[in-house]
Amino acid sequence: MSGKNILKRLDWLTIVFYLLLVGIGWLNIYSSTFTDNNASIFDFSELYGKQLLFIILSFLSVIVILALESGFYERFSSVLYIISIVLLLGLFVFGKTIAGATSWYNLGFFNFQPSEFAKVTTALALAKYLSDIQTDIKKRKDQFYAFLIILVPVILIIPQPDPGSALVFLALIFVLFREGLPLFYLGIAVLAILVFVTTLMFGTVWVGIGLSLIIIFFFVLKRTSFKAPIAPIIMVFVASILFSLSVNFVFNNVFEQRHRDRFSLWLRLEKDPSKLELIRKTIGYNTYQSEKAIESGGFFGKGFLEGTRTKGDFVPEQHSDYIFTTVGEEWGFVGTTTVVILFTLLLLRLVYLAERQKNDFSRMYAYGVISILLVHYFINVGMVIGILPTIGIPLPFFSYGGSSLIGFTALLFIFLKLDANRLNEWG
Amino acid sequence: MKKLLLSSIIVLIGITFIGRLSYLQIFSFSPNQVLEDTAIKAIYDYPERGYIYDRNGLLLVGNDPAYDVMVIPREVKPLDTLEFCQLIGVEKEAFIRKLNKARIYSPRLPSVLVPQLSKEDYARLQEKMRKYEGFYIQKRSLRYYNTNAAANVLGYIREVNERDLQKNPYYVQGELTGGTGVEQQYEEILRGRKGVQYIQKDRFNRDIGPYKGGILDTLPQQGKEITLTLDKILQEYGERLMNGKRGGIVAIEPSSGEILAMISGPTYDPALLVGRERSRNYSKLHYDTIAKPLFDRSISAEGSPGSPFKTLNALVALQEGVIQPSTTIKCYNGFYVGRTKRGCHCGGGTRNLNSGIYNSCNAYFAGTFRKIYEKFPTTDEGQDTWEKHIKSFGLGNFLGYDLPTGRPGRIPGKEYYDKWYGDNRWASSYIISNSIGQGEVAVTPVQLANMTAAIANRGFYFTPHILKKVEGENIENPHFTAPKYTTIDRKHFEPVVQGMADVYNKGTARWVQVPGIEIAGKTGTVENYTKIDGEKTQLTDHSVFVAFAPVDNPKIALAVYIENGYYGSRYAGHIASLLIEKYLKGEISRKDLEKRMLEKTLEHEYAKPYSGEEFKINEYVW
Repeated sequence: MSGKNILKRLDWLTIVFYLLLVGIGWLNIYSSTFTDNNASIFDFSELYGKQLLFIILSFLSVIVILALESGFYERFSSVLYIISIVLLLGLFVFGKTIAGATSWYNLGFFNFQPSEFAKVTTALALAKYLSDIQTDIKKRKDQFYAFLIILVPVILIIPQPDPGSALVFLALIFVLFREGLPLFYLGIAVLAILVFVTTLMFGTVWVGIGLSLIIIFFFVLKRTSFKAPIAPIIMVFVASILFSLSVNFVFNNVFEQRHRDRFSLWLRLEKDPSKLELIRKTIGYNTYQSEKAIESGGFFGKGFLEGTRTKGDFVPEQHSDYIFTTVGEEWGFVGTTTVVILFTLLLLRLVYLAERQKNDFSRMYAYGVISILLVHYFINVGMVIGILPTIGIPLPFFSYGGSSLIGFTALLFIFLKLDANRLNEWG
Repeated sequence: MKKLLLSSIIVLIGITFIGRLSYLQIFSFSPNQVLEDTAIKAIYDYPERGYIYDRNGLLLVGNDPAYDVMVIPREVKPLDTLEFCQLIGVEKEAFIRKLNKARIYSPRLPSVLVPQLSKEDYARLQEKMRKYEGFYIQKRSLRYYNTNAAANVLGYIREVNERDLQKNPYYVQGELTGGTGVEQQYEEILRGRKGVQYIQKDRFNRDIGPYKGGILDTLPQQGKEITLTLDKILQEYGERLMNGKRGGIVAIEPSSGEILAMISGPTYDPALLVGRERSRNYSKLHYDTIAKPLFDRSISAEGSPGSPFKTLNALVALQEGVIQPSTTIKCYNGFYVGRTKRGCHCGGGTRNLNSGIYNSCNAYFAGTFRKIYEKFPTTDEGQDTWEKHIKSFGLGNFLGYDLPTGRPGRIPGKEYYDKWYGDNRWASSYIISNSIGQGEVAVTPVQLANMTAAIANRGFYFTPHILKKVEGENIENPHFTAPKYTTIDRKHFEPVVQGMADVYNKGTARWVQVPGIEIAGKTGTVENYTKIDGEKTQLTDHSVFVAFAPVDNPKIALAVYIENGYYGSRYAGHIASLLIEKYLKGEISRKDLEKRMLEKTLEHEYAKPYSGEEFKINEYVW
């Protein structure tokens, strides 16, 4: 059914969001790597020139993706998954090390990062497995296999080391929730994170008091309607307190200093101004500089190519992981809000598209796409504006980098292809 | 529910981000970013400070180039340390220590290695500088003083402090500004305007080109040269006469209000506060809390005016019509306030206005003072009238001259005494000391000089001022160029002036006449007290003298206030006469007197209260 009218059936709204993000991203990469020597924008020795090449390559890959029959992705998902696992394994032998992480293959003209490819294939494989008529996510055994599909690439990526990318795969668990994994798991995870953070910030005593207050509030609220499940609540409470007690021990005795530093930086545990000054110059340098750069943009920003901190290279990795600081400095609050809104609209649009799929595979894959994009966007922007700890992963469609741009493009357009074909596939 | 979960998370994340971004970019945003931005460095181009000339065009203050040896530690290559140290005149150990200090401050930024080389060292070094990489010479401009006098008038240059920075956004840390005197008062004229160049920096603080292509950059504006009203020769001569004496002298040209000399003793050489030794010298001067060389006595020392104040009381009485020049009052070698007798040194007898002034009769002026108050039904009205007339001579307020320091003095009003004695519980007899310039009245030397100028002009004065020209253009500020009239009619001045002229002809200053110059003056001998170990102790009288000359066409009016100099004509009178002669004739005929005044000091008087021993006051040691 592919042919002329595939163009008519594509979701152009999503494509507009995509093009806007890629375009704005490139402008900011141009600004942060621009060097005043009047080179052409197609100068491939400059990073912005290379990125332009990657954009063109992405567009070519879009043509290939749309040209393939939509059934291809479902049918070959297992094969693609296995290829990507092999590629990840191959890194242990042939990998190229950049900035301390052995995550790349050297292909001559550019470095290929298989973990970006694996994001696509893992999302496909997971969708394929879950959509199988035999699979029932309510069963423990099937939950185990689903987790295994996610965890294999994670286990291969962690030793590169690239914990950021590894974390992204865990986001695929959202797909499981959508497909019926009890929310209980999510609740436990959220509670654990909350207890961990609040214990570091306020101490176990306050965590206990806070939890008690919540439980009392809960009882007061629910008193008239139905009988509250007292036993599980008490169990959760006791477990939380125990966990909270263990947090202090783990934080002080198991964590290394650099981990402690990251947390104390993130949660602003350090109050002594002289030590803060030191932190700003050492472990907190990136965060401090990126916050300052964004702050200095003000409401309207300093204007395109006028970002003084951008020009002065104050923010490290500004063209890749910290590209959002360029938006903040040069385009101000107006620019940053626009980008946040664009991402929000894109993701909401994808949720809408996912939910209208008739085909389980398509829907599950869509959820995989959304989860991966969301977690990238959340962690990256959160890190840059200083509300999350430093975890180095790129901002989708925005950050400099060929593998990630082509990877995200493929991720998105495979879904758009599936969506375009949804009316032809009943079942 | 499950379908909405992801959407809600997406929206929640968006709201959180926008919240955080609005905190960063709207609430934390500071609009002064060009100055605070670490990525932009302002490089200033400082213009040369304006020169200062005296009224006759003699240079008082100029600029001298000074040469700092600068170092950028990272660029230093191995060098012949010994030779270099010899060239710059520094010990090897000191050199290594300074280099390390500079490296600790910043390896990439320049630091001063040796400040303010002499011209000779600079000449020797200049040739060979090329050999030493990482070092260079930076030229600076320092104040150069062509006189060792007038430090109190000229002021000095200092580094700006926190208060300046808050008050005036023009300055940045480390810049220089005028401290006290003309340097402070006319800072903006002398300073000019610095030029600024905004440079874009990278994170290593290296230049990466002009900010915004240089559209915000400005060129420096030169400082303007100014001409003071001061007479350099008179000022220097006056300061020499003040050798070893404390007090203030102010000389004014009555016809313009221009300050000819403004002398404070003890003073210091203005060159002490320039260059490498500046801070050490400043501390020394600042912590001399007994002699207080930094305290400008000519405008800030408040004291009783003593007998010169009698002339004003005479004028008030004439204006109010309570006496005629012929009115007589009997002096019983003193006068009675109730049953208490107050002394008088005039010799006793019947006094009229003329002899009352030239013999400085206390009884005559006490009587006159009473008459003023007796004219009115209540003491309050008398006090108001008296206060109005006295204040019209510029006493009891800051006077409005163009120097940054000073004191208002005190001319008490009825409120002052109401507070002291209670409403309507006082009368002229309570405040009779004001009649002879003791009591509660207090003046500064510049006020005394201005009052004398007003008498010399027979009824008006110009606000005393120190600035004459800016870049050769006369000042046009009406505050200084328009006369201010006293409340006394012109006709009443003649008898008083005649009395003052007779002070020289036959009165208390007949020994200090200057041949060929007609002078009008008035002596003053001011009783004063201090506390020693909590006990009120009288010290040797202050010697005060006011004078103007020539009588008929006054060219100079001055006030001399010598602390603990005993009676009026002893020090103050002599010094006044020498200054008048110097100014009007250019040279001194009475060489022996000049020699005595230059050599005699009062240090032994000033040491008395600190000696811890009993001492005598008003000793006649000549």
